[in-house]
Amino acid sequence: MTVVTAPDAASLRSGSRARRGDAVFEGLARAAGALVFAILGAIAIFLIVKAVPALRGDQANFFTSQAWGDVGGTHEFGIAALVFGTVVTSVLALVMAVPVAIGVALYITEYAPRRISTLLGYATDLLASVPSVVYGLWGFEFFIHHTIGVQSFLARYFGWIPIFRHPGADVDVISKSIFNASIVLAIMVLPIVAAVCREVFRQVDPAEKEAALALGATRWEMIRTAVLPTSRPGIISAVMLGLGRALGETIAVALIIGNVTTINSHILVPGGNTIAANIANQFGESDDFGRSALIASGLVLFILTLGVNLIARWVILRSGKEERSAV
Amino acid sequence: MTTLNRPSLRRRATDRLAAAGFLLALLLTLLPLGFVIGYVAERGATRLSAHFLTSSMAGVGPLDAGGGIAQAIVGTLEQVLVASLIAVPLGLLVAIYITEYGGSWFATAVRFLIDVMTGIPSIVAGLFILAFWLIELGHGFSGLAGAFALSILELPIVVRTSEQMIQLVPHGLREASYALGVPKWRTVLRVVLPTASTGIVTGVMLAVARVIGETAPVLLVIGNNNFINGNVFHGAQASLGVFIYQGALSSSDFDVDRAWAAALTLILIVVVLYVAARVLTRRNHLVRR
Repeated sequence: MTVVTAPDAASLRSGSRARRGDAVFEGLARAAGALVFAILGAIAIFLIVKAVPALRGDQANFFTSQAWGDVGGTHEFGIAALVFGTVVTSVLALVMAVPVAIGVALYITEYAPRRISTLLGYATDLLASVPSVVYGLWGFEFFIHHTIGVQSFLARYFGWIPIFRHPGADVDVISKSIFNASIVLAIMVLPIVAAVCREVFRQVDPAEKEAALALGATRWEMIRTAVLPTSRPGIISAVMLGLGRALGETIAVALIIGNVTTINSHILVPGGNTIAANIANQFGESDDFGRSALIASGLVLFILTLGVNLIARWVILRSGKEERSAV
Repeated sequence: MTTLNRPSLRRRATDRLAAAGFLLALLLTLLPLGFVIGYVAERGATRLSAHFLTSSMAGVGPLDAGGGIAQAIVGTLEQVLVASLIAVPLGLLVAIYITEYGGSWFATAVRFLIDVMTGIPSIVAGLFILAFWLIELGHGFSGLAGAFALSILELPIVVRTSEQMIQLVPHGLREASYALGVPKWRTVLRVVLPTASTGIVTGVMLAVARVIGETAPVLLVIGNNNFINGNVFHGAQASLGVFIYQGALSSSDFDVDRAWAAALTLILIVVVLYVAARVLTRRNHLVRR
């Protein structure tokens, strides 16, 4: 397959020219690496610089206010409600998605026959590559019309749990709520978490698994004693990657969530908003100041996801293994 | 004798329960896939036709039944092409730097930053281009701005897959080339890259599949256009993702129907790219599955 070309006479004769070629090529590759630095630096710098006008002119406290827009003739922008919605939807999505994702990954790596396992891997990967706008359209036009029954069930029988309360609101209607948004988010991050977990489980030393089985462990006991403990750092980083993805998800959430910028802990009630969804929804009607405020909120999102990412990398580093293969 | 070796009933029951739980997880994963693809196919098929793909929305209002997505297809293809023209060569060079010239603190740092870049939310990439290209430099909406945003998302994917593939190239090949007196840069270009090419192409296809439906980053910087604008460098352009998003928000049923047909088109493009990438992987002799 591989074609190894013999060096032509010229390159053999002049070693200095070859060395110059090497220097130029290495310089080029190094420059590309430096460009990565430059791009990330530019992202941070321009987000900060363009956020400054909004942060300066903001008549509300940017970090604690729940308002977003021009209230009573004054610019009032605060990210409190947006950060709340972003974190709550993402965490709820992960609470739903992670157990399922680990289960699927275990089924694919430990239970399914080889041929079926490959096919199932393709199917879950395909789920991950469906564009988010398609999930948004589906969630908006189909999904939220079919969860009314679940909403009223939760409200009726689990209404005593604070998040399922619905003070003064009717839950037997189509609800653009945190609840619906986080379920669709869960569907979207599930394959991402599952893909990483699959790679992690696959890297478990087969000798350890066989040793557990040889000692008379059932398959589940083998998973509990040999697979899960060694995979813990990998699973944690998979969850963090999923969290990062959920925090930044824009279009699907923008279509499904209520776009109400107030802190609302009753997840069944229409309402809620996230940083990313707010940017997509407000961008069209924003003036220069509004855009600057949106950029400021984007900066907060950038820092939030960066933090999550760094924690994930740190967990991987600390475990001394590299789980770079998936995603 | 056999009863001695058999696990107790309780242990066997737990084992069965766990297996049932994992199977349930699988069903819970595949169910949405079926629902999403099935429903998009059902709603999209009613409007999808050759005419729909080849005509634009020029002169078609929200209350008209006709029109098509030619302007969005042209926009999306051009934006993704330009984004790839930026991200693929750059990503390859970065991957070569990390694998072939690695070892220094700088290379380690670049590798780390690529990992960080993977986690950048797509809307933040769009905001950056908005802040830099549109607000700071004063350019208007254009497909090029969208391509810039997409290339930021594509770059880390290209780097990671290429890096993995280059690392799979056997060292013996490089050494054989050096032994023949071939300088390092030619070894990389003529030996390493051709050997890894199948895997690299697969990675690029998956990267394209990932960004082709991206909506959030381009929404902020390309504007929108009902007319076909073939010039990616100048003027507002349409894109499939933005078209679907706007259609979903519209109160006209015709707009919603068009959005479904566009969504089906987008899924078909992604599936074709995905399957093609998988077929290529099977031919990849460096990767044994």
